[in-house]
Amino acid sequence: MQKIITLFVLIFLSIPVFSQETLEEVKVVKKRKGIQKSYTVTGNTTLITSKELLKAACCNLAESFETNPSIDVNFSDALTGTKQIKMLGLTSPYLMITEENIPSVRGASQAYGLSFTPGTWVESIQITKGAGSVINGYESISGQINTELLKPLNDIPFFLNAYGSTDSRFELNTHFNTKISDKWSSSLFLHGNARVAKLDMNDDGFLDNPLAKQINILNRYQYYNAEKGLVSFINFRYMNDKKQTGELNFNPERDRGKTNYWGSEINTERLDVSTKIGYVFKDMPYQSIGFQNAFNSHDQQSYFGLNQYNIKQSSYYSNLIFNSIISNTMNKFATGLNFTYDKYQEFVNVNDYSRIDNSVGAFFEYTYDNEDDFSIILGGRIDNHNRLGTFLTPRLHVRYNPWEKGVLRFSAGRGKRSANIFAENQPLFASSRTFDVLDTNGKIYGLNPEIAWNYGLSFAQKFSLFGKSADVGFDFYRTDFQNQVVVDVMQSPQQVLFYNLNGKSVANSLQLEFNYEIFNHLNLRSAYKFYDVKTDYLSGNYQKPLQAKHRFFGNLEYETFVGENGKQWKFDYTFNLIGQQQLPNTAANPINDRLPEFSPSYSLMNAQITRTFSPTFEMYIGGENIGNYTQEKAIIGSENPFGSTFDASIVYAPVFGQMYYAGLRFKIK
Amino acid sequence: MKNIILILMVIFLGFAAQAQEKKNKNAKYFTEVNGNCEQCQKRIQKAAYSVAGVKSAIWNIETHQLSLILNEEKAFPLDVKKAIAKVGHDTDEVKATNKDYEALHTCCLYERK
Repeated sequence: MQKIITLFVLIFLSIPVFSQETLEEVKVVKKRKGIQKSYTVTGNTTLITSKELLKAACCNLAESFETNPSIDVNFSDALTGTKQIKMLGLTSPYLMITEENIPSVRGASQAYGLSFTPGTWVESIQITKGAGSVINGYESISGQINTELLKPLNDIPFFLNAYGSTDSRFELNTHFNTKISDKWSSSLFLHGNARVAKLDMNDDGFLDNPLAKQINILNRYQYYNAEKGLVSFINFRYMNDKKQTGELNFNPERDRGKTNYWGSEINTERLDVSTKIGYVFKDMPYQSIGFQNAFNSHDQQSYFGLNQYNIKQSSYYSNLIFNSIISNTMNKFATGLNFTYDKYQEFVNVNDYSRIDNSVGAFFEYTYDNEDDFSIILGGRIDNHNRLGTFLTPRLHVRYNPWEKGVLRFSAGRGKRSANIFAENQPLFASSRTFDVLDTNGKIYGLNPEIAWNYGLSFAQKFSLFGKSADVGFDFYRTDFQNQVVVDVMQSPQQVLFYNLNGKSVANSLQLEFNYEIFNHLNLRSAYKFYDVKTDYLSGNYQKPLQAKHRFFGNLEYETFVGENGKQWKFDYTFNLIGQQQLPNTAANPINDRLPEFSPSYSLMNAQITRTFSPTFEMYIGGENIGNYTQEKAIIGSENPFGSTFDASIVYAPVFGQMYYAGLRFKIK
Repeated sequence: MKNIILILMVIFLGFAAQAQEKKNKNAKYFTEVNGNCEQCQKRIQKAAYSVAGVKSAIWNIETHQLSLILNEEKAFPLDVKKAIAKVGHDTDEVKATNKDYEALHTCCLYERK
């Protein structure tokens, strides 16, 4: 392909030389795709480029996956205003979420962490389905999401993005970049967002979205010395996020801790410092050493009605990695050490759950690639953790190209983690439920670590249909829990139970994908997803609550040809069909406060239009939930929020109806 | 746990010790190899790797340059050229036999010099 392009360039270039005619300049542009899938990479990895991220104009990492079928985005609930993501039918705690390969959303930040990275900072996102690499740790079970931020070395001097929407949310992003010397570059990113008005579209007396204020500042430095083979990053980051929600009449100063009106405030302050240094050995491009260090402090102070929840996590993470080859570059390996320290100061009402966790581990990962049609990655690690014990984590990935443009992949691996039951299930605080932990012998809130095996098989094939490129994909993944911390809302509407799995818990997921370029510049992306996520609860075996068994996803994008001065229109439309979802058991409530066993199925539509006026200026408008579908009863027992049936945690559909937004992007190149 | 740290130490130290020896274990070598396409690329690189001591072999489709990194204690560039000629591709010192050349896939039948 590249050869052909080069050939064309040469031919076109040589024509003016020979003929000396006035030929117009011809540019050979290879269109970059928003979502890139490789047929030669061993893992089942999808790359989301910044182009794709522009399609979901708003606003943070949690909202960056809307046009991607591998990840299911749930809607923000009335309480947190944060969209939660799922992969293979499992929620984000079962994913390894890293930022430039440093674990980022974990522990205390599990519930809101994705909303703490503004979308404009992101350069690209890699999504790997199934067991991940052993290099980053042992915790990933159903997949890995790694975010790469914009690099100071390649960034433009100035970027501005402003956004406003009909749900009264406003955002402002400004980026500054300077080259300090020929080796040092620096970026400063400033982000602010706010939701300023109290809106209650469903007239239940409660805000549909929390009032919010966030400031987020990142200052990073990059050092690059090609002769010496040295590269380094230093990042400083500060974030402050405040949310307020609850009843319209709730006034924090007056009503906090009282039962006049129900309300909630969640204030988070976060500080991150991280450094990275990489060295490529002289004369040995295949051999390198890398050293990463990250320190962060995450402090959340919050209350939900009369429930108090405060958590402060101070963490230190360090990773030393050495890459080299065995005899030749077909046999590569990576080996190294990790160290993690987490100090939690956690208070649930009057109970103190403060603790210190630490772990040290070593990993070795071997990669064989015959540089043709077969590759295998075999990884293992051994860790010693003060609560999880000493344990091995094996992972395997295999890729085979049976014929041209076809790829078959297999992966298997084990993951182990400690469940932060309160941090991960914060929405449940917005209910009258009591939190009951039934086991007492384990080391984490009395519970045992979660252990799961994940196996996956996938096949993808590119082909040509009516002269246009198309591809189909199929994948099947199974997660088998040996132990799980079961979050049981099937027992009683007044309780949430936590206990060690007694029986079986499996998550099967099947995805069928079809993508096609219908005609020039019009692309279709579609996927059907089937989830069978079942757990043995005390009261029987149920599908996991709030997980649809069937989902259908469709996306259409159309772009006009790039005109004079970079003028262009872009259109994007996304359709989601969400099947019935098992709902938590509310049978014991009085009849008015009951929900059916399953939610109805429904569909959602988003659309966006972008107008590029020049290479430096563009504007966009868009709508979310254009069909205006909303959940019939967003809050159970909303008339009596301090009564026994109150529950704001059961959100299976959007609470806020249709929403429209507009924004602009301005660059200085 | 301790053992692993020890093994890692040995790897790192062993590596440092290697670097002090006289013959270059990571000698760079560039040479032209005749060929056409991606299939040729795979074949040429595979042949180069079949020679013990070749650590890295990258053949550029456009420039026809083969970039090698090899351990001079184990392999000489001539060994690599012989191995490449054996699979049908001409090098500056060693040419492929007509039989080996004609056995190539049609898209790989490069123009011989």
